[in-house]
Amino acid sequence: MPVKPGNRGPRPSGVQRAAAERTRTTLGRRRVVNVVMIGVTMIAAVVATLPLIFILGHLMSAGASSIDLAFFTEIPKPPGETGGGMANAMVGTLVLIGAASAVGLPVGIGAGLYLAENRGTLLANAVRFLSDVLNGLPSIVMGIFAWQFLVKPMGKFTALAGGIALGAMMIPLVTRTTEEMISIVPVSLREAALALGYSRWRTSLVVVLRTALPGIVTGALVAVSRIAGETAPLLFTVLGNQFWSLSLREPIAALPLQIFNFAISPYDAQHALAWAGALVLIGIVLIISLAARFATRSRFGRGGD
Amino acid sequence: MVATESPRVPRPTASAPAAAVGGPARVRLDASRLSAFFGAAEVVRQVSITFRDREVTAIIGPSGCGKSTLLRCLNRMHETVPTARVTGAITLDGQDIYARGVNPIEVRRHIGMVFQRPTPFPTMSIRDNVAAGLQILGSKRPSRSETDGIVEDALKRTALWDEVSTRLRDSAVGLSGGQQQRLCIARALATRPAVLLLDEPTASLDPISTQKVEELVYELRRDMTVVIVTHNMQQAARVSDRTAFMLSGELVEFAPTNALFTTPSDSRTEAYITGRFG
Repeated sequence: MPVKPGNRGPRPSGVQRAAAERTRTTLGRRRVVNVVMIGVTMIAAVVATLPLIFILGHLMSAGASSIDLAFFTEIPKPPGETGGGMANAMVGTLVLIGAASAVGLPVGIGAGLYLAENRGTLLANAVRFLSDVLNGLPSIVMGIFAWQFLVKPMGKFTALAGGIALGAMMIPLVTRTTEEMISIVPVSLREAALALGYSRWRTSLVVVLRTALPGIVTGALVAVSRIAGETAPLLFTVLGNQFWSLSLREPIAALPLQIFNFAISPYDAQHALAWAGALVLIGIVLIISLAARFATRSRFGRGGD
Repeated sequence: MVATESPRVPRPTASAPAAAVGGPARVRLDASRLSAFFGAAEVVRQVSITFRDREVTAIIGPSGCGKSTLLRCLNRMHETVPTARVTGAITLDGQDIYARGVNPIEVRRHIGMVFQRPTPFPTMSIRDNVAAGLQILGSKRPSRSETDGIVEDALKRTALWDEVSTRLRDSAVGLSGGQQQRLCIARALATRPAVLLLDEPTASLDPISTQKVEELVYELRRDMTVVIVTHNMQQAARVSDRTAFMLSGELVEFAPTNALFTTPSDSRTEAYITGRFG
């Protein structure tokens, strides 16, 4: 088919000029959309951090002045008096974290190991689904159940009941991280151990679990930082305590509870202490999160698979 | 001649007299009418093959021909995969390793295996990696100083000792790929297996590391049975005494390496080694 000479020449035809014009306007429109969208998402990104900035800023201004040595060493003063601290609440929170970990970690890690090693079985699928449901369970529901089935039968509020309730909240989180961390251990590693004559349980424990350990530690720390600030389950189980107590069989003080009690009191001195307590609580959670991040960073496999 | 220490599986007889000097070497591992399945798919079909003492046997064939699966049947690794199944018989020094009551763990302690990709245990030091197979021997577990000796010996055999002797406590993950693979071979050698299975051991290595591993395989024949699966026909020709050619799960031809590569008796073997397919 003969081609018109004009179409091949250096001067663009009318059709080509129109096409070029269309391209220019399209490009211009894209450029504008691009800038607008970048701007919108950037604003969203900044807004996402605003709550934390506001909270930290306010806690600093309202609570930092109440943080002194006494805050970390003394128990609360009776209402109306100034001074005093939250030492018993901080220790109580640590005791509760310890009790919760004693419940949540063995069960969660064991369950995660089972899920990873028995993928696809009916029980594994059921457990995985239920643990995801449990993960979304509102903490107040956990509190009510702990009250019904632990506090009522025991006849009193105890630290133990609180620890168990918090531990139960840790289980699904630890289960799922453990499963995930174990399932990213290369199959080849498991096979290498089996080929050396390792039994199945020894392969799981010595090679697979140990390889996945840094990730599991991270998961455990995330779970701990998640429950450290829980208040609802504690209202129904440990009740709070104005005095020193380390016993699991007695009501115990906890930072979130102490904050709650001081915040609803009519005294300004206690309000200030509540803000300070909130600041310390955030500090504790922050430290745990940083520890988790550090544990993740020293993960295996940077030089290998 | 089979000195049985465990009632089930014979221990390697390291001091066995050089089998029939001049004549064919003693058969160590004997598979007969071996079939392997994944679910309903039969990936190894009725293979009968023998592996002799102090010889390197290469298994070659195109991808998916069942050569790795055949290898994994030899130390009962095949059955660790869900839905996998094996029929037929395999004997090690005359004893059926698939017999009822034989513990696969015990079998694997006598038949070592090295995989395509290096698999050092990332949580263990170089020394502990080599000693990993010794730690599980229960009452027969060697003492600390004995272990150190065995580790040194294994690392020397794999020509790794000079490269790592000053950093035995370091993580094995810090080694290069080739070093890691030689470490895995050392780990398999440390328990003194009768047979060593190598599943494409150089597939992920650079040429220089490959050469080192090949030299090592060549050396290993002095006191053990070696079976090596490889994609690389030149490698099979370089390191092996006998070569088996597999196609679609069947053993097409099994002959002394020289004969198989120069005068193949089956037209399919000839087509494969001359590069007409695969």
